[in-house]
Amino acid sequence: MLDFPRWRVWMLNTLIIFGVLFAIPSLLPAQMRDQLAQFVPTPTINLGLDLAGGSHILLEADKSQLVETRLEALEDGVRTAMRRADPQIPIADVSRADGQLSFTVSDVSKVDAAREALIPLTSNATGSRDWNIGVNDGNRLIVTPAGAGNDAALDQAMDTAKDVIDRRINALGTLEPTIIRQGDNRIVVQVPGLDDPAALKALIGKTAKLEFKLVDELADPDQTAKGKARVGSQVLPYPDNPSGLPNIAVRRLGGISGDKLVKADPTFDSQTNEPAVTIQFDSEGGQRFARMTQQNVNKLFAIILDGQVISAPQIREPIFGGVSQISGSFTTESANALSISLRSGALPVDLKIVEERSVGPDLGADSIRRGVLAAVIGTTTILVLMFLVYGRFGMYANFALVINIGMILGVMAFANATLTLPGIAGFILTIGAAVDANVLINERIREELKRGRRIVQAIEVGYKEASRAIFDANSTNVIAAALLFIFGSGPIRGFAVVLMIGIVTSVFTAVTITRMWVSRWVKRTRPTELTI
Amino acid sequence: MKLLKVVPDDTNIDFLKWRNWAFGVSLLLMIASIGLVATKGLNFGVDFIGGQMIRATFTQTAAAPVAELRETVGSLGFGDPTIQRFGAENQVSIRMKLPDGADKNPEIANAMAEKITNKLKADHPDVRIDGVDSVSGKVSQELFSKGVLALLAAMAGVSIYIWFRFEWQFGVGAIWSLMHDVTLTFGLFALTGWEFDLNIIAALLTIIGYSLNDTVVVYDRIRENLMKFRKMEMASLLNLSVNETLSRTVMTSVSISLPLIILVLFGPDVIFGFSAAMAFGIVVGTYSSIYQAAPILIWLKVGSHTFVPTDDASAGSKAERIDENFGAKP
Repeated sequence: MLDFPRWRVWMLNTLIIFGVLFAIPSLLPAQMRDQLAQFVPTPTINLGLDLAGGSHILLEADKSQLVETRLEALEDGVRTAMRRADPQIPIADVSRADGQLSFTVSDVSKVDAAREALIPLTSNATGSRDWNIGVNDGNRLIVTPAGAGNDAALDQAMDTAKDVIDRRINALGTLEPTIIRQGDNRIVVQVPGLDDPAALKALIGKTAKLEFKLVDELADPDQTAKGKARVGSQVLPYPDNPSGLPNIAVRRLGGISGDKLVKADPTFDSQTNEPAVTIQFDSEGGQRFARMTQQNVNKLFAIILDGQVISAPQIREPIFGGVSQISGSFTTESANALSISLRSGALPVDLKIVEERSVGPDLGADSIRRGVLAAVIGTTTILVLMFLVYGRFGMYANFALVINIGMILGVMAFANATLTLPGIAGFILTIGAAVDANVLINERIREELKRGRRIVQAIEVGYKEASRAIFDANSTNVIAAALLFIFGSGPIRGFAVVLMIGIVTSVFTAVTITRMWVSRWVKRTRPTELTI
Repeated sequence: MKLLKVVPDDTNIDFLKWRNWAFGVSLLLMIASIGLVATKGLNFGVDFIGGQMIRATFTQTAAAPVAELRETVGSLGFGDPTIQRFGAENQVSIRMKLPDGADKNPEIANAMAEKITNKLKADHPDVRIDGVDSVSGKVSQELFSKGVLALLAAMAGVSIYIWFRFEWQFGVGAIWSLMHDVTLTFGLFALTGWEFDLNIIAALLTIIGYSLNDTVVVYDRIRENLMKFRKMEMASLLNLSVNETLSRTVMTSVSISLPLIILVLFGPDVIFGFSAAMAFGIVVGTYSSIYQAAPILIWLKVGSHTFVPTDDASAGSKAERIDENFGAKP
């Protein structure tokens, strides 16, 4: 048991050296680390937001809204398809409820034709079906989402949303955000060093869906004020309406959407000198915009952002070239934010902030300082105590403990793990628990000596018998730490990571490494007396 | 060199003599804890009930003006805030419920945080805003149920492990002493009104892991002694096992709780509750592995018949039995 072949000694020593080497960059001051980084790779431990300061924002997509948006798009498609069918298929009683679209084909003989016209709308590019078509009462067509259609759409929307957010934050400059999807419908955004996330939230929370629709100039103002619209129109909020009404009626169809932009920049209105945003459509969008303005000269068109009208100017002349200007009551900041949002594209689905945490850099720095102080005091006390109680074997345990600390840091740096405030606590706890293994071993050796065993035998039995309890005790800790990792979030996970790494390295250093040292000492000195 | 002895050699303290008393007291404390949690309730943080928490430090003031803050923040029209000092006298946390509709419109929560922090800064130029946490009702419910699930899973998980490694009675003993530790920690938080947040769940899970550490060491020795002294009376055998592992128990408890106590005293204020919970849990856990986990084995009728030594098991302790028979003691 105390035999250590040379290859094993070499292997263990190499492991120690590698483990500790990786810890070094994290312990150096940032400046020295940067210099060192020019010559050798310097893996470092990341500091969590609670230590480095920064913002954590959890966004959630509203799945029902996405379903609704898909239905809306389908309805638009269906109406257009029926109108364009040759001969036209008149439909009535269109309704969107319970996640399905239904309508009545007025002429029963045209039901099959209507059904035929629907097919291109309900299948997607890959040929599989997005929607199922059913017929009720002979002439009522019902379109329901097929199988995983909505889930796939959500998944796609979330991927797009993640990219959009990434582009928007990058537009803010030097921030180094971490953006990850979580679950089906959530996105986590973490930005270190940003402790006042107001601007960030304004930017990423906005859907930035831009639409241009014709104002329904025949709408009855009294009805509009009540929020009621004629058939084919809808009422939208319009806070800056010069007429004084809080809303305005617009035509549902015949508008164009602003998702075909190539450019959006903040500017100033040449006449009023107020902040505004210029946009430029791509060629297809530009043609459609030109057609719309050409056909509707002298009419009013509403510029709609996220379902709210921001202005409704008159079309004085057709606009060719696809460049337009949006003015409303903007400030310089909001014009800038809007142009960033428009440039990066609209979010395919509305995102709500469901959790937000921000930590100031001062609090983080204070936490590090006091955490490290507690760690140093705690470790020193343990080192002294171990030496006083176990003498030589206590010193072995102490060296093992120091190596263990180095290895925890090294493994964390190598794995690019994140150190959080609870992580520091976990670190301190691990230090206390790491010597438990040595306490168990040393106590057992003491006992075996008292029972009259010879020194070598006592050491052998001590290590062997204590190992069983050490194994069981650490296994239960790993179980608890693993559950902590699975169920925990953010800083707690950081704590669980430190615990797990610490448990593994501490068993390695406290049992294997000390046994190597002890065996070498025993072989070299052949002790006849052992004080422990 | 003369070494320090934490515990004198060959102690023979009759720990188990007090087992009924200890059990009664523990039971009372557990009932009291449950009663406290039921009547007084836990002071849940925004993690679990949702809402907004603003942390602020008054850099030039010795003690934060809590009463004044309650008044001024309360007058802003967002409802009554819960204001607490945490750690240092000049640090406060201001907790409020999110206004109606904040779930739908995040601007509302933003506006609220901005208004409160602006007011604080205007009234107290020395104030430093250390952080804003805002958790919606939905997320907080998830965090809560996940936390409860994690606790239950951890207790079940480690107990099942003990059951497999030992016998079912030991698993029962382990889960009972874990419930004991967790319940008393809940009681401590209900009694003191310390904020109960996500970190405390982490602390409880750690307590579960380390309280079991002790239990495992004692159980391991009990198992060993059961196979060694097959005719000894159970209470004496438990006493012997506890006494044999006593110096290890004391030494380890000291070396684990020392850093934790230092963390409570000097550590960051933000994790005061977390460190306090762990320090408390380690102490309670040490007690429970002696006075809860061990005596339960008597009541569950564990005896030498529980471990019929198989060839495999006897191989490990053959050395001892030879010692016993031939009296190798000097």
